[in-house]
Amino acid sequence: MDRIPILRMGEFLLVTIQVDMHDQLALTLQDDLSTKINEISAKGVLIDISALDIVDSFIGRMISMISGLSRILDAETVVVGMQPAVAITLVELGLTLSGVSTALDVERGMKLLRERVRSL
Amino acid sequence: MTTRSGTHAIRSEQDVVLSRQAVRKLAIECGLRLVDQTKLVTAVSELARNTVIYGGGGDMDWELVEDGGRKGVRLVFRDEGPGIPDIKQAMTDGWTSGNGLGLGLTGAKRLVDQFDIQSAPGEGTRVTITKWN
Repeated sequence: MDRIPILRMGEFLLVTIQVDMHDQLALTLQDDLSTKINEISAKGVLIDISALDIVDSFIGRMISMISGLSRILDAETVVVGMQPAVAITLVELGLTLSGVSTALDVERGMKLLRERVRSL
Repeated sequence: MTTRSGTHAIRSEQDVVLSRQAVRKLAIECGLRLVDQTKLVTAVSELARNTVIYGGGGDMDWELVEDGGRKGVRLVFRDEGPGIPDIKQAMTDGWTSGNGLGLGLTGAKRLVDQFDIQSAPGEGTRVTITKWN
């Protein structure tokens, strides 16, 4: 697989990462997402990483970049489903994902996105 | 004491993924709990990426080790790349010679129990890590 699918749900985009990503795949996702946000004037992006069993500094940086990028393109990003072991490792690695919104699961993430968009 | 050992080639991004998967299996085999598996595999991802990007490719030697009652995984990442001129600088949080975050080496060190790095200009780099259960 050389692309991670991006699903559209109204004014939101949904991404579920279900493969062990190599670096190029992460970069492609970043590009695809920014193009798609622009194309449909998306208001929010939800990234589900519950299937990821590690997040290293490269993927961590990708998540921060997507979040920053989408903010500039007038969309909110919420990252959901990070496994506890991944969160512990990420903090110890030195990455805190500051500025990235998170929620425990997809349902709460969608709720957060809707609230954010409504309050604008 | 070494109970089993082997070598994986690390030449491409795909090899980085494969080395993560191989080490995950080894970590499970020697009874590391989930958090420690995750830490070890994350350290592998950082070091294997360094081997590809900065070392121009290399190898990862793996060993299942035993010391008294405890078991562990020991890994050596080695390349014949340009080497690191200033190891002290390279082991500083936030310092990067490329365009990364500068967390690879220092972060990997924090995630394992033992960490050793040997490198000199023109002589490649050799990083040894161990995680005990």
